[in-house]
Amino acid sequence: MRIKTMGKGILIVLLLLLLSAPAILAEERLRLSTTTSTENSGLLDVLLPPFEKQFNVKVDVISVGSGKAVKLGENGDVDVVLVHERELEDKFVADGYGVNRRDVMHNDFVIIGPNADPAGIGKAKTAAEAFKLIAHKRAPFVSRGDQSGTHSKELSLWVKARVRPSGRWYIETGMGMGEVLIMAHEKGAYTLTDKGTYLAFQKEGKINLPILFEGDPTLFNPYGIIAVNPARQPHVNYILAMALIGWVTSQEGQRIIADFGKGKYGVPLFYPDAIKSPR
Amino acid sequence: MEYLWEGIKEAIRLIISVDHEVCRTVLLSLRISLTATALASFVGIPLGFLISTHEFPLKRPTITFFNTLLSLPTVVVGLFLYSLLSRQGPLGPLSLLFTPPAMVIGQFILATPIIVALTISAIQVMDPRVKWTAMTLGAGPVRTALTVFAESRFALIGAVIAGFGRVIAEVGAAMMVGGNIKGYTRIMTTAIALETSKGEFAFALSLGFILLAVAFSVNILFHYFQAKRG
Repeated sequence: MRIKTMGKGILIVLLLLLLSAPAILAEERLRLSTTTSTENSGLLDVLLPPFEKQFNVKVDVISVGSGKAVKLGENGDVDVVLVHERELEDKFVADGYGVNRRDVMHNDFVIIGPNADPAGIGKAKTAAEAFKLIAHKRAPFVSRGDQSGTHSKELSLWVKARVRPSGRWYIETGMGMGEVLIMAHEKGAYTLTDKGTYLAFQKEGKINLPILFEGDPTLFNPYGIIAVNPARQPHVNYILAMALIGWVTSQEGQRIIADFGKGKYGVPLFYPDAIKSPR
Repeated sequence: MEYLWEGIKEAIRLIISVDHEVCRTVLLSLRISLTATALASFVGIPLGFLISTHEFPLKRPTITFFNTLLSLPTVVVGLFLYSLLSRQGPLGPLSLLFTPPAMVIGQFILATPIIVALTISAIQVMDPRVKWTAMTLGAGPVRTALTVFAESRFALIGAVIAGFGRVIAEVGAAMMVGGNIKGYTRIMTTAIALETSKGEFAFALSLGFILLAVAFSVNILFHYFQAKRG
């Protein structure tokens, strides 16, 4: 028995050490849940540091699919969310979980696929028609299948195309955008992707699939930022969350967004929406 | 094959240049996994010892219970812990979610059953004469226990190594309750998962090699204790 008591004593001491020692815990932290596209593209690495410096705060970025990012906000596990799924965002605000939603930026979804374009979607007039052609040809299509913003956009396009995708040609993965792009590349399949992630992968030679369809207004991909409602989750850092929203939608923040990717990819990956032409 | 070669080259380059970001990630991985393994050992070894040396009702089911926990998927532990630590959960007010201590707790839950189960089998296969001899030589219960510990040292350190091996390699729980936050809760395995998702296969592989090298060094250390004559 004495051994067990000793073990307990050491355990408590260790736990105390663990909880008290790290100085990093003392610094103020703001939690942002966001989609994989904003972090994986590298945008947040340039957008957040000036804010962190100005407000002497550390922003903890938790990047997951839009569905989960909003869920973390609902549970009060983050202070602010930055996502791209308008319907879900509106519901989040309407249900009282979030307040002060602001438009931040947008880019476009594009449909990519093998060079030969076996389904002939290059000639399609709308995105829904392109999807119909793919389904008709039973050409392989890789789906995110993970409740992300891209996935729900894809599902809405299948509804518009009046197709219920199923069968061997429809590959439902449950993985992130990067994995899906690589899988499409390996299998010579079609997929729907945001242009930012696509450009990053294509220009760095990780994949080689051309854009076969783009420009339809239904492929618009807007990003919004929302503070978690402090009336519902009293512990959240509302003041700093609003400060971040202010920074992201400021002249300076919007200019960083407008310039991001120009040097590396030749075109911007995102277009600012809060201030259309920031200087 | 190309990725493999590139990965090895990148790993060597990262190690030689002492890459700041990689170092920080390695150190955090070690800090979390070693703390979790130490805590799990302090709980698991005495618990396994008590279970194997005492007769009590439901002894067999208890052992079966711990053996079953060995196959607990890491993501399930992560989910379980998330539901406890989330603001909506009973431990929400502690604000532990998405912090290193939350990851330690997750890894502790993963390592303890292994250490308990392996301690039980280590004590059980031991020659019972060790215990009897110690007792006939006049040792009290504590002395006897310590003698048994000393004699089964090799297998017990093996149990600790197995526990460490499981937690240094796990990614599910760390991702779920740590959140993979850069510079705060990002460890080797979650970094590897992230780089893989970004299509940076060679870099992800190089991190894998570094993780292996680190685990190798830790195991050498363990081996030293194992081989040392008490």
